[in-house]
Order: sequence, then structure tokens, then C-alpha cells
Amino acid sequence: MFDLDRWREIFQSINKNRLRSVMSGFTVAFAILLFTLLFGIANGLGNFFKGAFVDTAENSIFVRVRQTSKPYKGLQTGRKIQLKNKDYEYISETYKNKIEYQSAIIYKNFSIKYKNEAGTYSVTAVNPDYQFLEKTIVTEGRFLNKRDIKQQSKSIVIGRLIKQDLFGERPAVGKRVNMNGSSYLVIGVFSDEGGDNEERKAYIPVSTAQMMYGNNDYISQINLGYDRNLNTDAAIAFGNQMERDLRKKLSIHPDDQTALSIRNMAEANKFISTVMFALLLIIVFIGSGTLIAGIIGISNIMIFVIKERTKEFGIRKALGAQPASIVGMVVQESVLITTIAGYVGLTLGTYLLSLIGDSLEEDYFITNPSVSAKIVIGATFVLVLSGLIAGYVPAKRAANIKPIEALRAD
Amino acid sequence: MIKIEKLHKSYPIGKDSLHVLKGIDLHIKEGEFVSIMGSSGSGKSTLLNIVGLLDGHDEGNYYLNGQLIKELNEKKAAVLRNKFLGFVFQSFNLISYKTALENVALPLYYKGMARKERLKIALDYLDKVGLKDWANHLPNELSGGQKQRVAIARALVTKPKVVLADEPTGALDSITSDSVMDLLKDINNEGMTVFVITHEEEVAAQTKRIVRLKDGLITSDELTKVTKAV
Repeated sequence: MFDLDRWREIFQSINKNRLRSVMSGFTVAFAILLFTLLFGIANGLGNFFKGAFVDTAENSIFVRVRQTSKPYKGLQTGRKIQLKNKDYEYISETYKNKIEYQSAIIYKNFSIKYKNEAGTYSVTAVNPDYQFLEKTIVTEGRFLNKRDIKQQSKSIVIGRLIKQDLFGERPAVGKRVNMNGSSYLVIGVFSDEGGDNEERKAYIPVSTAQMMYGNNDYISQINLGYDRNLNTDAAIAFGNQMERDLRKKLSIHPDDQTALSIRNMAEANKFISTVMFALLLIIVFIGSGTLIAGIIGISNIMIFVIKERTKEFGIRKALGAQPASIVGMVVQESVLITTIAGYVGLTLGTYLLSLIGDSLEEDYFITNPSVSAKIVIGATFVLVLSGLIAGYVPAKRAANIKPIEALRAD
Repeated sequence: MIKIEKLHKSYPIGKDSLHVLKGIDLHIKEGEFVSIMGSSGSGKSTLLNIVGLLDGHDEGNYYLNGQLIKELNEKKAAVLRNKFLGFVFQSFNLISYKTALENVALPLYYKGMARKERLKIALDYLDKVGLKDWANHLPNELSGGQKQRVAIARALVTKPKVVLADEPTGALDSITSDSVMDLLKDINNEGMTVFVITHEEEVAAQTKRIVRLKDGLITSDELTKVTKAV
């Protein structure tokens, strides 16, 4: 129902009473601005925590071994612990139903050469599942598969930046590179969200590395991805169980943290979700506080405005204005002001947040502070609604005062 | 046009109530020019407010244009005021942020008339009260007499049946008072019923019928010597 005359009345009223319009608008704009900024910064904190683990699967468990730091069962301190293929198989068989992905890992550094280009890179020998554990994104060709492991094939998957170094714009898949004196076939190229270091790596089959570089069945590290159907607590319990079993199997003192360390992302996840929950509480508290302050602000101004206009309403009624038209006029004006002001506050807020961007990441742990449109629209809606109620209640009362009393008001 | 029978009105004051109108009988026919005289507290303003549907009455009957006024809600009262009544107040009651022209056009807005048309009619009425050149001025740029003439134009613009004037000259000096009264006389000569409240004898003397009110009762009701205003 569009009534041009009504809008004209409202614009005239706003225009001729600029101070009070700007005042009520300012309250709303400021409330929304604060809301947007606080919410955005809190979101940025949350993003930082989440982003810290972005390039690794969130269900990872890392099994690492070093020298013992405690004597145990007659064995000396300083004994070197070595993971072997049988440990890998022990884990995969014992916890078959709790493991989604599993990969053995051997870390190496080799020079890789293609024609006249060469460089030294970190080369990691892995199983096929490693692709999912490290969230490796294969952009060309393929990742290692079971046949590569079985046949100990001399295949290599190279990172985006190695490809750039050695091949430039030319295709790499299907070409042979020389690594540490042996010829390897490039079967794939990958990228990784973990940054440049992650993309300056190459992957070869773990079986090939064991055969070529030591001719043994040694493993540096084992990475697992626990079954995603396990909840956080069950996953933590699984990690602890596996740690106890491995300590027994490898004869390590139960408290020897150096000899065997198991890093379970489930624990980190639990910590993150606790932090996120605390953040959420703070957000809700601050957000609703700001909104309530805004609502009280509008209500106060509307009460004042309507008191000031009571006589005008009396005149209008004496001239034939019906109560509904007066209530409608006030409410429409109030909603118009809150909507525009809410939009201004929102735009300014998101603009400021975009200016901040990632500049606070280093010092204040705030990554990409922003608010979802849904939340801001929701907040503006709440303010508009409260502007409506804040306008309606006193206007209704004023409109029902007998005109003779309204005319006497001053 | 206006017929009042045994009208009573009292206002509550704390626990007691103040009996202001104690049984008024009054009949005003179409085209009359009536003044209600009385000292302050005599109930004359209350009478005008009831006649103007700005206030309700307690007992008795009130017929406006033959229609019994009873248990009106604000919505119906607003429609009737807009249709039948025009108001002229002692304190002008113009809307301060609207120009003279917009003030005059406002009753037509509530009648639902299109903007172009109502501004045209409003300008005609401003011309009639001699203020065409002041159409785009705000009330605070006008003198008291000019304001009251704008108010009269506003009262007339809907072509009401009755113009109700509450002390229309109360805030004006004697010269402007006369010009305002002349305007009311002209309106009456054109056939409109005019109902004036005043406590000034000179003002009352210019009307055709004087009703005197004292302590909520009519004490006298007589025609004046003015048969035809000049």
C-alpha cells in the first residue's frame, strides 16, 4: 500500500525536524555499527583459531618416536626407538574399525633435477591415504596409489612450486626427473592450502624409499585419521588407548613423553570448540547488550518525539485526522529512520572491518573479521521492529487522547 | 443545524466532580451567526468543545445536521469533524513546520483529495482571506492577524456546515480583531452557520444572536440589532 501523500507528510516531518531525526537515526546507526564491529572482531578471533589447522585433516593423529628419556624394564635411557612396518600393520589391524586413513611417513631431502633446472626439496615417502590426511589437492595427474606401494614404483608427485621451478609453464606429468641419481616418473602435481612450504614438497611411495634408501622397513612417523563417526571424547579415548598399547609393544615407560608422542587433533578440536563456545557467549552477551542499548535509545527518543508532537496531533485530529492515520504516520517515520540508519551503520561497520582485514592477524590473532549478512540483517530487523514498537506504543496512546486535551498540551 | 437538549457535562476533579453544564437547551438553525457570551468558568468553552466533537457529553441529546451524536469513537468523530465542522482557535493552532498554504490544505488531505487539487483549492481560500502572497510563508513569519486569517481559510476549505470559533480575537489587537470579525461576517453572509465564543461585548454585538451563559445555564438568548452585517 503505497501512499505518496503519506510519504510526503513523513519526509516533511523528518526534514523540518532534522535534529530529532538525526538523533534517533544516530542511535540506531551507532548501535548497529558497534554490533557489527564487535561481532566481526569476535568472528575474526574464531577464524584465527580455526585457520591455524586448515591444511591438516581435523581428525588426524600423529605418532612420533625419539630416544627414550627414562629407563624401563631394565632398558637404558637414550635408547633409540624405531617404528617399523610391523608397527604400522599392528595399528591398522588392532584399530581397523576406528581408523579412516593411515599412512607411514619417511622424511628425506633430495635434489631433484629436470634438464638444466635443479633444486633441493623435502621429499616425503608416504602411503596413498596421505593425500586425505594432509588435504593435498591434486591439480594434475594423480596421487600415489596402492599399486605404486606394491610395486615399489619410482613415481613422484610434486608440489606446485617445484613444478614451477623445474618445468615453468611446460607440462610436468609424464616427464622423468632425476632425484638423487635415480630416474622418477612425475605422475601428479598438487597444491596445498598450508602455504608455500607445503607446495615445495614431493611425495614418493613409502615402499620405494625403504628399498632405495636403506633397504630396511623403518618408518619415521605414522599419521592416522580416526573415524569421523567417533565423537571428540571417543576419539581422545582411542588416541590414549593406542598410546598405551604402543608403549607396551615398544617397551617405553608410561610417562616417557620424548620416546613416544601422540598428537591427537581431537584434543585440539576440543580446545578449539571450548574457546569457540566461550567466544560465542561473549558475542551473544556483547551483541545483545549493544542491541538493547540501541532499542532503549530509540524508545526514549520516540517517547520524547511524540510528547513534543501531541499538540500537532490534536490539531490534525480537529481537522479530521483519524487515530489510525496518526499512528501510521509516526510508525512509518520511525521505521524509515531506523531502516536507513541501520543500513548506514551496517555499511560503515562492514567497511571498517574490511579495512582492518588481516592486518591484526600477527599481533592480535584476528583473521578476516567479518559478519555474516544473516546476522546483521537479523540485528537490523530487530532494531526496525523495536523502532516500530517504540513508535507504536506511545503514538497509539497519543492518538487516543481526546483532541481537546491534545490541543491543550504544550 | 445544531440542536441541543438538556445537555449535561461534568469533569472529575479528584474524588469530586465539577458540574460544568447543567442542562443546556439550544437550537441553532442553518445560516445563523451566534455568539456565546460568558465569563470564564461559565462553561462556554466546554459547550463549544462538545459541539465541535472535541469532547463528549454526559447527558442529554446533541443533534448535528440532524444526526444524533452518541457514543462516537475517535474515528467516526474525525470523519464528522472533517465533513461538517471548521475550527478557529484563539491560539491559531497552525502546524509550525508547514507553510500557510499547506496548513490550509491539510483538512483536504484528510478528506482524501489529491495533492494538486487540494493545493489549488487552498490557494483560492488564502486569496479569499487576502493572503495569497503569503502562501509559502511559515506561520512564524506571519503576524497574529494573518495567522488567524490562515486559520479561518483552513476552517473554510472543506466547505463545512458550521464554523466554530473559540475566542477568535482573543489574542489580537482591536484593529486586527475587527478585520477578523469582518471576515466572519462575510462568511455568514454567504450562508454559513458561524458559532463564536467570546467574552468581549463588542465582538458579540457584531453577531446576530447572543446567548449568555452563567454557571452552566443559559441566562438569556436574544437577537441583536444587527440584521444584516455590512
